[in-house]
Amino acid sequence: MSDWRHRIRYWLHQAVAPIDWPLLAIAVAILTLGVMTINSATFFNNSNRAPDQIANFAVAFVLMWLVARTSPQNLLRFAPPLYLLGVVLLVLVFLFGIRINGSTRWLSLGITRIQPSEIMKIAMPLMLAWYFQKHEAALGLRQYAVAAVLLAVPFALIAKQPDLGTALLVGAAGFYVIFFAGLSWYIIGGLIAAGAAAAPFLWHLLHDYQKQRILTLIDPTSDPLGSGYHIIQASIAIGAGGVVGKGYLNGTQTHLEFIPERHTDFIFAVFSEEWGLLGNLVLLTLYLLLIGRGLMIASNAATLSTRLLAGAISLSFFTYVFVNMGMVSGILPVVGVPLPFFSYGGTALVTLFFCIGVLMSIQNHRMLVKK
Amino acid sequence: MGDFHNPESNLELFRFRAGFAAIAVLLAFMLLLARFVWLQVIQHDYYRTRAEDNRISLVPIVPNRGVIVDRNGTVLARNYSAFTLEITPSRVSNLEETINALAELIDIQPKDRKRFKRLMDEAKNFESIPIRTRLSDEEVAKFAAHRYRFPGVDVKARLFRQYPLGQLASHALGYIGRITDRDLEWIKEREQEANYKGTEHIGKTGIEQHYEFELHGKTGYEEVEIDAGGRAVRSLKRIPPTSGNNLTLTLDAKLQEITEKAFGNRRGALVAIEPSTGGILALVSTPTFDPNLFVDGITPDNWKELNDSPDKPMVNRALNGAYPPGSTFKPFMALGALEMGYRRPEQAIADPGYFRLGNHTFMDDKKGGHGMVNMHKSIVESCNTYYFMLANDMGIEAISRFMGELGLGQRTNIDLGKKNKAGESESESRGVLPSPEWKKQRFKKPEQQKWYAGETISIGIGQGYNAYTPLQLAQAVATLANNGVMYRPHLVRHITDSRNGEKRLIEPQPLKVLNWKQAHIDIVKRAMVDVNKSGTGTRAFAGAPYEAAGKTGTAQVFSLRGAKYESGRLKERLRDHALFIAFAPADKPTIALAVLVENGGFGAQSAAPIARMVFDYYLLGKIPGGPAAEDSDAVEGDDHPLKEATQ
Repeated sequence: MSDWRHRIRYWLHQAVAPIDWPLLAIAVAILTLGVMTINSATFFNNSNRAPDQIANFAVAFVLMWLVARTSPQNLLRFAPPLYLLGVVLLVLVFLFGIRINGSTRWLSLGITRIQPSEIMKIAMPLMLAWYFQKHEAALGLRQYAVAAVLLAVPFALIAKQPDLGTALLVGAAGFYVIFFAGLSWYIIGGLIAAGAAAAPFLWHLLHDYQKQRILTLIDPTSDPLGSGYHIIQASIAIGAGGVVGKGYLNGTQTHLEFIPERHTDFIFAVFSEEWGLLGNLVLLTLYLLLIGRGLMIASNAATLSTRLLAGAISLSFFTYVFVNMGMVSGILPVVGVPLPFFSYGGTALVTLFFCIGVLMSIQNHRMLVKK
Repeated sequence: MGDFHNPESNLELFRFRAGFAAIAVLLAFMLLLARFVWLQVIQHDYYRTRAEDNRISLVPIVPNRGVIVDRNGTVLARNYSAFTLEITPSRVSNLEETINALAELIDIQPKDRKRFKRLMDEAKNFESIPIRTRLSDEEVAKFAAHRYRFPGVDVKARLFRQYPLGQLASHALGYIGRITDRDLEWIKEREQEANYKGTEHIGKTGIEQHYEFELHGKTGYEEVEIDAGGRAVRSLKRIPPTSGNNLTLTLDAKLQEITEKAFGNRRGALVAIEPSTGGILALVSTPTFDPNLFVDGITPDNWKELNDSPDKPMVNRALNGAYPPGSTFKPFMALGALEMGYRRPEQAIADPGYFRLGNHTFMDDKKGGHGMVNMHKSIVESCNTYYFMLANDMGIEAISRFMGELGLGQRTNIDLGKKNKAGESESESRGVLPSPEWKKQRFKKPEQQKWYAGETISIGIGQGYNAYTPLQLAQAVATLANNGVMYRPHLVRHITDSRNGEKRLIEPQPLKVLNWKQAHIDIVKRAMVDVNKSGTGTRAFAGAPYEAAGKTGTAQVFSLRGAKYESGRLKERLRDHALFIAFAPADKPTIALAVLVENGGFGAQSAAPIARMVFDYYLLGKIPGGPAAEDSDAVEGDDHPLKEATQ
C-alpha cells in the first residue's frame, strides 16, 4: 500500500516539478479574465468562443509542460534549424504565397495553410541567444553586425508581406536579445537618431492602407466608417467604462456590436468597458508581475543564452501588451497584434505558453548547469 | 567590451540592463494608464453620452420603387409584396446544417441553394440573404412555429419587382438586381449612400438603371431603441419614406408586342420614333429575355443559358449593334448632295453598270446599268453607280460632316442604361462615322492610317467602314421625316412626382434644327414614297391605304473570318443583314422607324414586311396573325452588297 502511495507521490512530484507556480498563476489569472471577456463578447451571438479558448488552453498547457521539462540546452539546439526553416518558408511565401486581403502571409500546404511568420516569433530570440552563446568568449562589433543581419532578413521578409504588426514583434524580440547581450548605448542612441532622421523616407515605403491607419490615428473622424470607426468605437467603450466599469456582461458597446473584432484584437475595449479603470489597473498589474517574474528568471539564469532568451521573451510580452492596448486606446496605429493570454486565438495562445514553458525550463535548470 | 570575458561582470551588465528594461516597462505602462485616466475619468462624461447615443439605432425604411407604365397606362413594371425566408450568415454558426434543417420544413430546391451561394459571394457578410422567395402563407406559418430553432433565420415581408408582361420590351425596361460592390461604388460616387441604406436592389440596365434615382425614392428612417441584444424595443420617431416617382413611357406596349412578334425567331432590331417629339414608340431587340429572372438574383443555370446562347439575347442590338447601313444611306447622301450643291435633282448620269476609279472597278448590280439616272430614280431603283460618282465628287470630308450633323456615328444619349457624371448615356455604341481623322485614330500603322480615295466610293452606298446602330438610323430618318428638326430619342414621356402628382415632361425642346431647304427635303421624301410604290419596297407595301416613305438596304456580312465554323448554322449566318428605314404617313409623319434583320437577306425581303406590319397597326389598328413573312420573290434592286472587281 505504502509503496503505491510513494509511487503516486513520486509521479505527482515529477509531474509538477517543472512548473513555476508564480508564473503559471499569473498567466492563468490573465487567461481567466480573458475567457470571461471572450464569453461576454460572443455568447449572445450563437457562437460563444469561451469554451474553444479553454480547449486551446488545454493544448497550450500540455505543450508548456513538455517544454518546461526539457533542458534549455536541448531547446537551444533546435534554434539554428528552426530559424533556417522559418527563413526558407518566408522566402517561399515571398515567391509562392497566397494573397489574402492584399497581403501575402500564407503558404498553402494543399489541405491547410500556414503562416511562417508565426514560427519566427519563437525562432528569432532562440537563434540570437544561441548565436551569442556560441560567441560568448569573443563578443565584438562583428558579432553584433552578424546578429543584426540575422534579425534584419526575416524582419524585411515579413514587413514586405506586408504584415507590419508581426514584423514589429519579431524585430522587437530580436532586438531585446541584442540589447541584453550588451550592445553599446552609443550604438543604440545612434540607431534611434538614424531612425528618426529616416522617418520621412520610411513613410514613403509604407503602403497606402498603412499610411491611412497612421493618419486616422491623428484624426479618427477623417475616416469614420473605415479604420477610424474601430478607434472611435473602442475609445467610446473604454471611456464609457469610467472608473468602475458598467459591470460584467453589461457593456452596451460590446453587446450592440459596435466594437469590431471584439473577441480578438479589440477585446481590451470590451474588458475596459465592463471593468473600468480599476479593471485596467488589475490587468496592467498582472502583466507587470508577469514581465517582472520573467526578468527575475532571466537574472537568475545560469548561462548567457538562457539569460538573453528569458529577457527577450519577457520584454516580448511587454511589446504585445503595449502595442495592443496602445492601439485599442487610440495612441498607436491599428496593427494586428492580439492581447497576450487574453485575446481569443489558438495559435497565439500555444505560442505564448510555449514561451512560458521556455521560461520555466530556464528557471528549473538555473542551478543544474554551471559552467 | 573586454569585460565580456568575465562571466561575473557579464551577469552584472545583464542585471543592469534588465533593471533598465523594467523601468522602461513601468514608464510605458504609466503612459497607458495616463491614457486610460484621460478616457475613463476626464473624458468619461463625453464618452458615456456617446455610448448612450449608440443605443439608439436608425433603422432605414426602404421606399416603394416607382411604377413604369406605357403611354396608354399599361403597367410594365410594378411591385408586389411577398414573404421571403432569409438567413443572416454572420449569425449562423453552420450554414449547411441550418439550410438542411430548413429544407425539412420548407421546400428548398437546389437552385435556391445555388442562388443563395451566389448572393452570399456578392454580399457583405452582415446582410440577410434570401434562401427562398415568395413563401406561401402555409410555409410562413410552418416556419413561424419552428422559428425558435433557427436563430439568424427570419421571414421578412418584402416588395418585389415584377414585370407583368415578361419578355416584352425587356431591352428597353432593363431589370433590377441585388446591389453589388460595384453598384455600391457607383452610389458612393454620386453621394447617394445615405439614401441607399437598407436598399437591396438597384436598376442594372435599361430604364430601370437610367432613371434609378427617380424610381428609387427617398429612404425613410425609424429611430428605435435597441436592447442589449440589439433587438428593437420601441420606436421613438418615424420618418416615412417617399415612394419613387412613376414613369410614363412614350412606348406603346401593344405596338411593341406586335413588333416583337413580327420578328418571329429572327434576330434583329427595330426602333420606331414619333418624329415630332423623339419619343420612342417601340424599341425591339430580338431575341429578348425575361427580366423577372433577375429580380431575386438569377440562377447560375439561367445566366449561363442567356450568356452562352449564340443568339446573344442579352445584347441590345438596337443600341449596341453597329451595322453598315447599306442602301438606306442613299437618301441621306442625296440630301447632302442637294444641300451642299454637288447635284441638282434633275441632273442625270449615264450608268454603264460600273464605276471606275484608277484601276478599281465598282460594279452596279444591274448588268448593263440603269441607263440615264437622276436623283429620284437613283433612290427608287437604288442605283449604285449614281452614288459611287456622288461619293467621289463629294469627298469623304463633306460626307462625314453631313452625316455627323445627322447624328450618325454619335451617341444619341437615349435615356437607357448608365449615365456618366455628365449625364450622357454610356450604354450605347457610337458606331463608326468614317473619316480620315477616324482612320488615323483607329489604326496604328502609318500605311493603314492614310485615307484612300477608293475607300470613299463604297462609303457612298453605305458599305465600307460605315457602321451605325439601328437607333442612330431611326433618329436620322425621324429627323428627315420631321424636316430637319431633331429630337433626342427618349423612352420616358413624363415623370410623375410621387409627392404631389406633378408631371415633369421629358424633352419638350428639339435637340437641334438642321436648316435644310424644304424643296430638297421634298425631293428625297418623294423618291422614298416611290420606293414603296414602284421601287424596291413595292411588294411589301402593296395595297397600303396610307402613303409610306421608305428605303431598303442590305448590309454585307464579311466578318466570318476567324468566326467558329458551325455546320448548319453557317449558311444562314453568311446571309446579309436586311435593313429598312421608313416613315408614314408620308405627308404628315407620325411614325418613323429603322428595322434590321440579321442575316435576313436583302432589305425588301425580310425588313420591309416588318415595317409594313408596324405601320398597319400604328396607323390602322390592324392586328396581324403571325410573324412577318419573308418575301423570297422581292425585287432585289441594287441595295444588296457591294460587288467589287479588281482588274
